[in-house]
Amino acid sequence: MQTRATVVVDVGNVPVALSTGDPALADVLQRRFHRFLSPSAPPAFDFDISVIPEDEEDGDRDEDLQVRCENGLWHLRRGDFRAEWDPGARRGWIRQRLSPYAADSVLRIVHTLLLSREHGFLLHASSVVRNGRAFLFTGPSGAGKTTIARLAPDDAVVLTDEISYVRRVGGRYVAFGTPFAGEFSDAGEPICAPIAALFGLAWAADPVRDRLTEGAAVRILMRNMLFFAADPGLTGQLLDTACDFAGAVPAFRLAFAPDARVWSGIE
Amino acid sequence: MFFTRAGQLAARRVADEVVILRAHDSSLFVLNPVASALWEAADGRTSLDTVVRDVICQDFDVDPETARRDASELVAALEAEGLLRTSEEPMTAADPVAHEGRPA
Repeated sequence: MQTRATVVVDVGNVPVALSTGDPALADVLQRRFHRFLSPSAPPAFDFDISVIPEDEEDGDRDEDLQVRCENGLWHLRRGDFRAEWDPGARRGWIRQRLSPYAADSVLRIVHTLLLSREHGFLLHASSVVRNGRAFLFTGPSGAGKTTIARLAPDDAVVLTDEISYVRRVGGRYVAFGTPFAGEFSDAGEPICAPIAALFGLAWAADPVRDRLTEGAAVRILMRNMLFFAADPGLTGQLLDTACDFAGAVPAFRLAFAPDARVWSGIE
Repeated sequence: MFFTRAGQLAARRVADEVVILRAHDSSLFVLNPVASALWEAADGRTSLDTVVRDVICQDFDVDPETARRDASELVAALEAEGLLRTSEEPMTAADPVAHEGRPA
């Protein structure tokens, strides 16, 4: 009889159960999400995962991500996985290659879609908590997100160095830790804190910190938010959230050199 | 000249700027305060000359001739981006733009 393993991954206080009968995948998932496991939490959603054997061809492995919704059922596909998610039934399935990245991507998409309905978003940003306040650092690849997180003082906690999780809670915006890390980085810590400031990063020999207008902050947010579905309604909600966030959280342009002294100008 | 907002756009006011999202390619535009005032006056029935006289010259420190020239250039630029439509005749109504103003 085949035994099944279930890994409950809790990001942003939304536990998602990932169940598989493949012991190797269960091990991969345990290691990928180890800081975010919450075995006793009742899952908000359940995903059943099966593994595509390495010797089985299943379409173009380099296929780009596609996300579409039909009659309330979300269809997700990329070269390394196929998935369906039924939010109403609170369950879905994933058929994927043996790697941590497919389930990781499905979780990012699920959280992005969930957050879009409740003044939240995932952002290409590192986030760091110090003295009970979170600071977000956003920008494209190479802008310095990981660098500035690594330069943080010893008493700071890194929530993520790649993908920040933001949601409005009780009238203020809060950053949560995420396990969504790149191939060469590590997961963040599973804690949360109210957001004190957003920084748009750039490199410069001499540090510069300029306050951004709300419009400029919206532009930076919209450029760096994760969003996967070409849905005008959801895109409009995302714009609403970006405008609301820009009115609630101060934003700055931060040009810096890789030097720990940059943190003296952040707080 | 009369001018009105194009369709398939989502626009929001944030502080003294207007942010516009163009639906077909998700391009985002942030209008400065003068352009924002023009955008909000673009109802298709009020002429550009009237908007310059009653809005731009009243709310901003600019002489009428400069305001007229700059406003014409702004309207042309926004029309080129597909954000405004222009006509020599009044238009019946501005196209609806979803969810104006700051979200609740």
